[in-house]
Amino acid sequence: MTNRLTTRFAELSAYDRAGFVAYMMAGDGDSQALLDALPGAGADVIELGMPFTDPMADGPAIQASALRALEAGMTLRGTLAQAAQFRKRDKETPIVLMGYANPIHHMGWEKFAKAAGKAGVDGLICVDIPPEEDDELRAALGRQGIALIRLATPTTDDRRLATVVANTSGFVYYVSTTGVTGAGSGAVTEVGEAVDRVKRASGLPVAVGFGVKEPDQAAAIARCADAVVVGSAIVDAMHSGGVAGAAELVKRLSSAVHAARR
Amino acid sequence: MSETVSANTRPNALSAWPDMRGRFGEYGGRFVAETLMPLILELEDAYKAARSDPAFKAEMDLFLKDYVGKPSPVYFAERLTEEFGGAQVWLKRDELNHTGSHKINNCLGQVLLARRMGKTRIIAETGAGQHGVATATVAARFGIPCTVFMGATDVERQAPNVFRMKLLGAQVVPVTSGTGTLKDAMNEALRDWVTNVKDTFYVIGTVAGPHPYPAMVRDFQSIIGREARAQMTERLGRLPDACVACIGGGSNAMGLFHPFIEDEDVRLIGVEAAGLGVETGKHAASLKGGKPGILHGNRTYLLQDDDGQIIDAHSISAGLDYPGIGPEHAFLHDMKRAEYVSATDDEALEMFQLCTRLEGIIPALEPAHALARVRDLAKELGSDGIILMNMCGRGDKDVPQVAAKLGVEL
Ligand SMILES: Cc1ncc(COP(=O)(O)O)c(C=O)c1O
Repeated sequence: MTNRLTTRFAELSAYDRAGFVAYMMAGDGDSQALLDALPGAGADVIELGMPFTDPMADGPAIQASALRALEAGMTLRGTLAQAAQFRKRDKETPIVLMGYANPIHHMGWEKFAKAAGKAGVDGLICVDIPPEEDDELRAALGRQGIALIRLATPTTDDRRLATVVANTSGFVYYVSTTGVTGAGSGAVTEVGEAVDRVKRASGLPVAVGFGVKEPDQAAAIARCADAVVVGSAIVDAMHSGGVAGAAELVKRLSSAVHAARR
Repeated sequence: MSETVSANTRPNALSAWPDMRGRFGEYGGRFVAETLMPLILELEDAYKAARSDPAFKAEMDLFLKDYVGKPSPVYFAERLTEEFGGAQVWLKRDELNHTGSHKINNCLGQVLLARRMGKTRIIAETGAGQHGVATATVAARFGIPCTVFMGATDVERQAPNVFRMKLLGAQVVPVTSGTGTLKDAMNEALRDWVTNVKDTFYVIGTVAGPHPYPAMVRDFQSIIGREARAQMTERLGRLPDACVACIGGGSNAMGLFHPFIEDEDVRLIGVEAAGLGVETGKHAASLKGGKPGILHGNRTYLLQDDDGQIIDAHSISAGLDYPGIGPEHAFLHDMKRAEYVSATDDEALEMFQLCTRLEGIIPALEPAHALARVRDLAKELGSDGIILMNMCGRGDKDVPQVAAKLGVEL
């Protein structure tokens, strides 16, 4: 399957550059403006959070952000509309939706996949659907050329890794720490070893996230992974400093990531 | 988990579900973050091994008898029977268990399993505080550190239980995230578990969560139905016409129902909390007022809006205040093997007082809901009928709240 994700990771690899993946929450503040500003600030891939009332894998920053977004009236349809709006102007930057199963399940796997395809979405990370439960959703997404991105974690041993990477595409998201989003990240040496293991098993690019906040830390991970994901820090910057503050942080982080291997 | 079935075969008896994927028909499953998958697979293996180990069973039986006080009696509630004017009302007295509710049946099983697995820390979520108290109790007995997550709203309305847990040495963490109720306590417990994967055992308090929890909790609670079935047969020479139980997540109901599932003539009736009335939207009746969805590890009926966002439950009873229901109930509902009805806050308050006055038994607000439908059913079945209701908890914990509702200052 070639889509914007494959193309983007191939470009990054050709320049021997790590990618920067920026996470933001749809509906928290002027999220359309931030979404539109992210590529210019250096984001290679955008993870667009779909707010949910019960985000049980998220820490305080993203929990609060989701509740603010819902309070402001954001919905799954609204999130897809923001992606579609973005796609009108940007044909290259991949968008990966990230969130929880219930809103998608409520819309229906097939209906969601079609709507996401139409909105120009390239991938989906669904936190609470492990490989054992994702066959119907994966098939529906596959028909639209959308990658279902799986997560590998420090608890994923070799046997389990085979299950995690089977039938996956796009990239693999390595969660660097056991914990919720926004908590401290794993030690860099361990992350490097884990990334190698996941790359070997999957043959796909590996993005590393959970707990990355500072440019130095992001650069260290960029030296051993294909991409670095930052979420909570951007969400916090958006809340306290608006679009300008968040874009400024993304610039600093992405510059550090892009320069890391020089 | 009751029988071994291959991944593709449907269990051929209703009592033999779930299948190998942890599904009860289209409900249940394992909808958890990847970090937790290896843990719940390990738990499933450990539970299977424990189930077939006579030493585990012997240890369970000993503690159930000497520590919990099993078996609990069945009791003919003569004055309630008279009052309702119909079928005989029998109560399974699980409120007489140590700590005052059925919750300890399950906590004991899970904590013994945690020890077997070498886990050194226990976490639990609690609504009314009964599951928290039962978990803290068993953890104290075995000297295992215990942390209980409790919605900040519930911490306030169940103050006596919060103090009990602290006396028992547990750390009580008030949860303010989300709306500060039972569902948020469960979210927070899952967040803790995902962080402390190596040493921590999560003792879930009802027949919900990812597989194997719904089956495992049901199995531990099935002592209710097994005892009651034998006791009714011995006392009356026949089975009851109906088994009735209240439903929060559904563990006491599943524990009562399961040993009767293959008895086709026995009606199984679950009573959800209707709060201010199902039509008001302020209720906790997931089957009556909800739709299938995915939350807390399983697919089941949930209270949710048009966007698939979870709606807060409402009930006077903190123990029933949950927007979901165990997946096996969703299954029995769709298969029409069990019937699900509801009772309002006001009905529960009325029954709380009635049962106390007529039988000298102060029921918890949770089973007081069940009693409201027992009243109707007694009339419907008439004097030849026999109803068995699970008196799953005692109401001491609710006395301050009921006093406040009745405008009495303590
Ligand atoms: C006495 C009592 N009954 C019932 C419940 C509801 O749980 P379940 O439906 O799992 O039995 C609770 C929960 O706290 C309880 O304390």
